[in-house]
Amino acid sequence: MPTPLPDDVAWRLLESMLLIRRFEEAVLRMSQEGQFRGHYHLYIGQEATGTAVMSVLEPRDRLNSTHRNHGHVLARGAEPGKAMAEILGKATGLIGGRGGTIHLCDPDLGFLHTSGIVGGCISLGVGGGYACKQKKDGSVCATFFGDGALEEGVSFEALNIASLWKLPVLFMCENNSTGSWAPGEGYPTLVHASTDLRLIPQSVGIRTMRVDGADAAAVREAVSDAVARCRRGEGPAFIEAMTKRWPGSNPLWPEPATGVTDIRIATGETQAGGAHKDWIENHDPVLRLARALAGGGNDARTRLYALDAAVKARIDDAVNFAIDSPLPAPATAFDHVFA
Amino acid sequence: MAKQSYAQALVDGIYDSLAADDRASMIGSYVLGLGPQRNLMDRIREDFPDRIVDPPTAEAGAAATGVGAAMAGMRPFVDLGTGSFTYLAMSQITNEAAVSSYMSNGRISAGVTFHLLHGVRGGGAAQHSHSPQSMLCNAPGLEVVAPYSAADAYGLVRAAFQSQNPTVIASHAKLLGIETEVPDKKSVVTIGKADVKRKGRDVTIVANSLMTHYSLLAAEQLARDGIDAEVVDMRTLVPLDEETILDSVKRTGRLVVVDECPLRCGIASEVSASVAEHGFDLLKAPIARVTRAHVPVPFSLPLEEAITPDPAKIAAAARKVMKNG
Repeated sequence: MPTPLPDDVAWRLLESMLLIRRFEEAVLRMSQEGQFRGHYHLYIGQEATGTAVMSVLEPRDRLNSTHRNHGHVLARGAEPGKAMAEILGKATGLIGGRGGTIHLCDPDLGFLHTSGIVGGCISLGVGGGYACKQKKDGSVCATFFGDGALEEGVSFEALNIASLWKLPVLFMCENNSTGSWAPGEGYPTLVHASTDLRLIPQSVGIRTMRVDGADAAAVREAVSDAVARCRRGEGPAFIEAMTKRWPGSNPLWPEPATGVTDIRIATGETQAGGAHKDWIENHDPVLRLARALAGGGNDARTRLYALDAAVKARIDDAVNFAIDSPLPAPATAFDHVFA
Repeated sequence: MAKQSYAQALVDGIYDSLAADDRASMIGSYVLGLGPQRNLMDRIREDFPDRIVDPPTAEAGAAATGVGAAMAGMRPFVDLGTGSFTYLAMSQITNEAAVSSYMSNGRISAGVTFHLLHGVRGGGAAQHSHSPQSMLCNAPGLEVVAPYSAADAYGLVRAAFQSQNPTVIASHAKLLGIETEVPDKKSVVTIGKADVKRKGRDVTIVANSLMTHYSLLAAEQLARDGIDAEVVDMRTLVPLDEETILDSVKRTGRLVVVDECPLRCGIASEVSASVAEHGFDLLKAPIARVTRAHVPVPFSLPLEEAITPDPAKIAAAARKVMKNG
């Protein structure tokens, strides 16, 4: 069992997780309204992982993300309005509407780049670690990737190089394939001959840990240990954060499978129901942490509802900012090919 | 003026770049291949042991390490080895490095340098004779250079280390031992500028890399026939210096483009199209392209020679262009 989070840390993490949840619910709604184009990936069900990792990383650290990046970018502190504007392809987006949902990135917050290429992210993270080591400043690079990235050949090369050169890289594998549909039924998930993904980094001598990715305290504890080792020059670490896939991420296109999260479930004021009752009751990381905090009595319950209301208001503002923002001028399509 | 080999000048350029910038480092040090010049790298290994690492056989991983490090503000030089191995790192070069500035709205740059030994090196057969630079020219966001002279090899490697953009340096394996004149103090060469290596009034020969050397030899043959050829060395393939090329065609009215990439969608095609598009009225005769034939490279010498450009083939193309129009 992980050490319980101090109250102030737990509330801070919950706020970040709720922000991601309400953001993603808004993204899903806007996609269904036809507000933006293209395929996209939601971070619902994995909020505890990204939030806990960011709570350990320092401003000097580098990181890079994947196609499922919204949660990482928000948890690191990006402005939700600019993130939403990016998804809508607006000029005010984090990167001017040139990346969209798959490439959300805030370079000012230490992001190297957000690669939408499966396996691209993990390999670039090794470069981030190489830079941290060259700078000799004790910084680390956290590279996020899904379980599917380990199907790509470049991932093995990246792990091998990081281990050989003892690079300060946190390999953050977010395994969201448990509980997913069988192949062929929905969005492709893990197709791997290995029954335990930890064996792959272990084969090149990388220390591995597996944690419950829906448990913010467990992720935070594992990441704190791994990052401390990286900073001490002990080489890379690999953490596999296991989450039960959110049912809405199972189909080819995201669906509001569990509806809009009812925060009152966390206090027992309302009951979970429907086809995905089990996921809501037992695997939703936001409700799990909210439930633990709301157990503190009436004051805690009041604080929880107030927090959720404040987060919702912030997301409403972000959505309005994004919708009201201008599209980029066509002539700017020729800018920035070169730095 | 003193002479220096391409290999020596390239090594000097890398050495001076490492000395000038603490952020610079080398990922892979077999830049000069396995030939007689390889020991020239020893000076760098001895003087910069902390800034030179040799990766496992992992072109994609090594390239990604360079790209990621560059995004984090470093200035890595990634040795891709023989040009054919570039394909193993294609996603990292074209789909990560090349797009980083554009996709970030100019907020991220990947100032990484990739070096590859390209070309029909002699007996390399189909898998070790590639010139992948024409494919790389088709990836917007990459700077691609292919120098011929020692002075330009030095100057362009210095420029590549300094550039905020991902830059590919294609060095022809057969150029390494070729000596050309260098000034007492070698200097940075601006990326994107061609150079007229031989003045002439009858026909313009545009070339790059080893083909510039061959074109200069061809120009001597042509001079004996009374044909005065001008040789424009592209030096940089992207961004293309159309102005210098068009200026030359304006003087001569005739154009032969020489390149060792395969014919279709190659660099010679791009130069020819640009001149046809922007300088059609300047031309007195159809343009000729001299390239590697559009076939894989065979091992056996007579077969290899049959598909590879050489001075005689370049001279023949120039004579034909002189007879037309």
